[in-house]
This record gives sequence, C-alpha cells and structure tokens, in this order.
Amino acid sequence: MNGPPNPPLPRPALSRRGLLRATLAGAGALGLAGCSTPVGAGLANTELDPGTVEYWNLFGGGDGVRMQQMQDGFRKANPGTGLQAITFTWGNPYYTKLSLATLGDKPPNVAVAHLTRMTTLVRAGLLQELRPEDLARHGMAPDMFNQRAWQAGLVDGKAYAIPIDTHPYVLFYNKDICQQAGLIEGDGQLKNIDGETAFADALDKVKQVTGQYGATHSINAPDTASPWRFFQTMYAQLGGEVLADDGTRIVLDDAKAGRVLAYMRTLTVERKLLPSSIDYQGAVALFANGQAGFHLNGEWEISTFQTAKMPFGMTLVPNIFGGSYAVQADSHTLVLPVQRDQDRAKLDLSLGFVRSMLDQSLTWAEGGHVPAWLPFANSAEYKNLTPQSNYAAAADAAVYDPPGWYSGSGSNFEIIMGSSIGAVEAGQLTPEAAIAQIRSKLSVLANTASPV
Amino acid sequence: MTTTTGVLRRQPDHTRPALTFLAPFVVLYVLFIIGPAIYGLVMSFFDTSMVKSGLGDFAGLSNYREALGSSDFWSALWHTIWFTILTTPPLVVLALVFALLAERVRRGRWFFRLAFFLPYVLPSAVVALIWMWLYTPALGLLNRSLTTLGFSEVNWLGDPNWAMVSLAITTVWWTLGFNFVLYLAGLQEIPRDLYEASAIDGAGPWQQIRRITIPLLSRTTTLVIVLQIIASLKVFDQMYIMTSGGPNFSTRSALQYVYDVGFTDYRSGYAAAASTLLFVVILAVSAIWLVMTRRQEQEV
Repeated sequence: MNGPPNPPLPRPALSRRGLLRATLAGAGALGLAGCSTPVGAGLANTELDPGTVEYWNLFGGGDGVRMQQMQDGFRKANPGTGLQAITFTWGNPYYTKLSLATLGDKPPNVAVAHLTRMTTLVRAGLLQELRPEDLARHGMAPDMFNQRAWQAGLVDGKAYAIPIDTHPYVLFYNKDICQQAGLIEGDGQLKNIDGETAFADALDKVKQVTGQYGATHSINAPDTASPWRFFQTMYAQLGGEVLADDGTRIVLDDAKAGRVLAYMRTLTVERKLLPSSIDYQGAVALFANGQAGFHLNGEWEISTFQTAKMPFGMTLVPNIFGGSYAVQADSHTLVLPVQRDQDRAKLDLSLGFVRSMLDQSLTWAEGGHVPAWLPFANSAEYKNLTPQSNYAAAADAAVYDPPGWYSGSGSNFEIIMGSSIGAVEAGQLTPEAAIAQIRSKLSVLANTASPV
Repeated sequence: MTTTTGVLRRQPDHTRPALTFLAPFVVLYVLFIIGPAIYGLVMSFFDTSMVKSGLGDFAGLSNYREALGSSDFWSALWHTIWFTILTTPPLVVLALVFALLAERVRRGRWFFRLAFFLPYVLPSAVVALIWMWLYTPALGLLNRSLTTLGFSEVNWLGDPNWAMVSLAITTVWWTLGFNFVLYLAGLQEIPRDLYEASAIDGAGPWQQIRRITIPLLSRTTTLVIVLQIIASLKVFDQMYIMTSGGPNFSTRSALQYVYDVGFTDYRSGYAAAASTLLFVVILAVSAIWLVMTRRQEQEV
C-alpha cells in the first residue's frame, strides 16, 4: 500500500517521467485513503473498517422502506458502530451472489436468507452455526421464537438462522367494493367465503360491482412465485405434497394437483373472475385502482395499499378445499455467513445487529409480516395492530416449500412449478399437460446428485 | 517473415519491440481468456461443484452425455437460434435502409444519425425497464394504444408465442445503431464520382442504390451479418431481466441455461460442458461465414 517515495521537485517543464511518477504517487495516496471505502477495501483486498457491520438483504418495495427504518434504528442505538447495508434483487440472483461472496472470502457479516433456502446454504458449508451460549449472551433462546419457524430452521438439530417473521400468502379486499357486493358482515369483517363455490361466487359478486375482475394475482413471467403460492395454498389444503426425501423423490398427487389446477383455470380462463394475463405490478395496480375487489399476494404489499390510501382489509386466504387449514408461507431469517477469521468480537457485533432487528419487530410487523419474535408477537401492541394481526394465525398453518437442494423461495423448484401453473392459468396448458411438464422437469433435478 | 532475404536484411528487426508492446495485451489475454477457457474445458470432464474445493470426481463424458440428452439444453439452444433468426435480418436490412435514408437527408443530418444510434448507448437494464413498461398488460402504452384503436390486446411478454418476438423487437430498437454506424462508415467509402458518372449516364436514385451502393457495400454487409449473428447467439441480458426465461421457459437462452446450472445450481462441471457445446456452435457459425467471405473475396 505504500506509494513510491516522494516525486522529485518538478522542474520548470514537467518531464514525462516526472508526470508518470507523480501519477503513481497520487494513485498510491488515493489507495491509502480508499482503504476505508468498500471500493478501496475491495481493490486492496483488505477488510472494511472492523467496527462495521456489513449487511446484505433482498428487500425491495415496501419491505425495503421498513428495513431502512430498522437500519436507521440500529444506527441511532449504536452510534459507534458503522452499518453498511446492501440490497440485491430477490430470488436466485441474490443467493448466487451470497454464495459466491462467501466462497470468495468476502461475505457480509449478516445476511438475510429465506428459511427454505437456508438449508442448502448450510449444506454447502456457507453458514456459521449459531451456538446457544452465543445467542444467550444477546438474550435469545429457542423458545422465544415462533416454533414452526424455529423448528423449520434447524439443520441436524443445530440452529443456523434467526427467523424474524413468517410471511404468508394472504387475501386483500377492498372494503367499499365488498360492501357493495354484500360481502361485509355487521362487524365490518369479511364474510366467510370458504369453499370452492363460495369463493368463486364471492369473486363473481365483486366482478358485478367492479365491472372488470373479482380478484387479481400475478401470473406472467418473470414472476413464477405467485402462481406457485396460490397453487400450494390450495394443494396443501387438500393435503398434497410435491417432494419427499430431501427432494430426491417426486410425490406429486396427480388427482389433487389436477383438481386445484382445473379450479384455477376455471377462475381465470373460463369465468374470467381473475385476469388470465397480468404481471406483478399490473395485478397490484388493478386492485389499487378498484378494478378488482380482491387481491391475492404476500402480506408485504400492505405498504403499497396504505400509500394508495384505499379502504382495504387483509385476512387469511379462504379454506377453499376444506381440508385442515394451510397456507403457503416462508420466513425471512438472519444468517451469519462463514468468515475466514471470525473472532468473538466480530460475532458479538453481528449478533448485536440481529438482536436489534428483533427488537424492532413492530416496524417489521407494520410492513405486514407476522413476527416470529414471541416477546413482541404475544404483546398487546401487536394484537392492536390491524389489519396485520387478523392473519397472525397463518404463521401456525404455514406450509413451507419442501426441502431439497433446488427448492425454496425463488428457486428452480418454484420456477418449474410456477411456470407450469401460470401456463394453466393463462390457458396455455391443460392441467394434464402441466402435470406432465412438472414431472419431467422436476425429475431431472430430483435425479441429479446434490452438488452441495 | 521474409527478413532473411538479402534485400530486406537492412530493415531493422521489429519482432522484439513488437512483442514488448504486445506483452501487456498477451498477458491479460492468456490470464483472462485462454487460461479460464482451458480450465473450463478441463472442468467439463469433472463433476465439479462450485461450493466444493478442487475439481471433484472425474466424470468422463457424462456431462456431455447429460447435456446432449437434456431436453432443457436443446430447447434453450433452439431459443437462442430462434432469437438469432428473428433479429439478424431486421438488424441488417433496417440498419442499411436507415443508413441510406440518413445519408440522403440534406438538413439536420446529425440529428438522424444521433437518433438512430442513441438507444445503443443505453445499458441493457435501462432498455429492459423501458420496454417492460411499454409491454405491460392492460396498463402499458402499447396495449392501451391497441385497445384505443379498437384492436384486441397482445400479451407481449406473457404469451409463449409472442414473448420471443417482443424481445426481438426490443433488441432491434436497442442495437440497430451499431450496424447503422458500420453502414454509414461504409457509405462514406464509396467514391462520389461513381454517382456523378452514373447520373450523367441517366441512372435514377433507385438504380444507383441497386447497382452501385449495395454491391460496393457487400464487404460491410458480410461484416455486419457475422458480427450480428455472433452477438445474437450470445444473447442473455434482455431475457434474463425481462422474462427470466419465461413464460414457461419459452425464452430461456442457451447462455441463461449455462448460468442457471453453473451458478444457481452450483454445478460448474456440467455448466462448463454445456458452454463448451455452445462454443462449438458459435465456432461452427463463424467458420461457415469465414469460408463464405473467402469465396466472396476470391470472386471480387
């Protein structure tokens, strides 16, 4: 990092050699100054300021705004500690970057991972184990988390991830439109619309009011997660499963899957209660503009509709197929990627950041997520938070994506499932053809030896 | 070279200085192109995993066998070729037409040159965002215009039959400027007096274009076509950003397949085999064109 010795005093006319030397010296000085910047640290292969927490996440939209508030909260509470937060595109691109950075010995101190993606990261040897005694130092213990989320996050009985929420698929409804459609009860809540017929009838009534659609949900590429979430919610209500034995076996139930797919096709293609071609932004916009009375999506879209200042409520997705209640969900967790030279001070710095995020569960819950941190989830503060607490029960009925090295939120598994399901909803594939496609594409991955 | 002949011996030997000046480039070329390419080729014979150190178990030809037997690999390769077929003709023909038109404009020529070239300077992500907005169902500019005019909506990016066409339209708008500039340069090379002489002989503008301009641009055309085919075969960005290979995998390109299996699935060995196969395809296309250009040059 030392620049060459001071350049000789410049002669009246700057010689070529002198200029070159001066430039080099300047570059050296720049490099020195650059050590504290990420670019400088990257070029010089040195560590960012040791007192800084580097934090990677995948939160955009409303989630991104809430997460920034929480980061500011951490900065205010820890004035001496630097925080460098970076947001990446959700899904496979994020996990690819996280894996490569960890393999290249440049991981962040703390990173967000979906619960369903974390196991693969652990098996690839990319995450640190979180030992009970370390967690205890920061006031965290297994029984302080939502048990469904905590248990789902254990790998071989060891903890590697701190769940901060459960984010289920939910039903948004426009209060005014539903009122006109006669779907609101005396107490202002949505009437029960469980069952295949009741749900379709409710959409039909709403469609009469809006003149366009009953509900919207995102179907078009590149969003494959949304069709999968809607399908999985109903398929799990029938008790169906897709993968077994860590993803090495396909246990798709053709009859059940066919029934759900046929129902989805009826809603979109045949009865046009939902648009059969709409992308994510469009599905959100149609609901926000009152062109549909219902919207099926993850609860995180709450911030968008609050900003739109529209009269909306949120509730559990109805139990359409009448089995024991189930809903597709995942959890955001905080993980600590493997560091080459992890010492206790660094570990405590990272865990302190994790704890600070949990302490700000209110901000995160305002963004729609069901808190996993029980001290807050059981508080009156959360119970009074509406409409967020209306669907808190979803956390206990959460169905996570099946285990497998290619499974989890935004994974190849979801892309395969969602592509086929979306094609049925768009009227491009019959349910039978979609099931055949799912089988053939999944079997390639199921038969491939796990690369981790 | 012929430095050994008596006459030329007096000329200084430039080999050493030439090598010295070339050295920085050669070092970088070996370090970042040749080296990794050989490593990739070696890796394609192993079950290399990105998250495990070393090459992994020797796999022989099984990676190649798997790729050649994979319907996903073949459909991805076909998508890339289909994209090349859709984009190359318009990108060559339109670039020529626009270059001819821009050349004939008398006033404000700079404006037309700039207008056609400008989209090319945009980064792929920006182009993708602009066109995703244009293509948005129900609310986007294109579909709004269609419905206002009384036509039915086109599901630009959501229909597997349309998605590749939509991506091709975006690409033509975006990259036309490069071929356009090559043609403009080609047009400057044609001597003015040929046009004057032909005008005196009574040739009209259309005859001039057909008999003088197009034949004399044939070398530029060959260059434009080869560069365009290779560029189209390497397509990745637009599809990755705009459709992620969807709907229902109908726009997943060969390169995205390599990216998906190599980086997302951690299967570096298999991805290396798939990319070697893609390399062979591009090499074959280039070789065909090389042979055709040679023949063309001999005829001239």
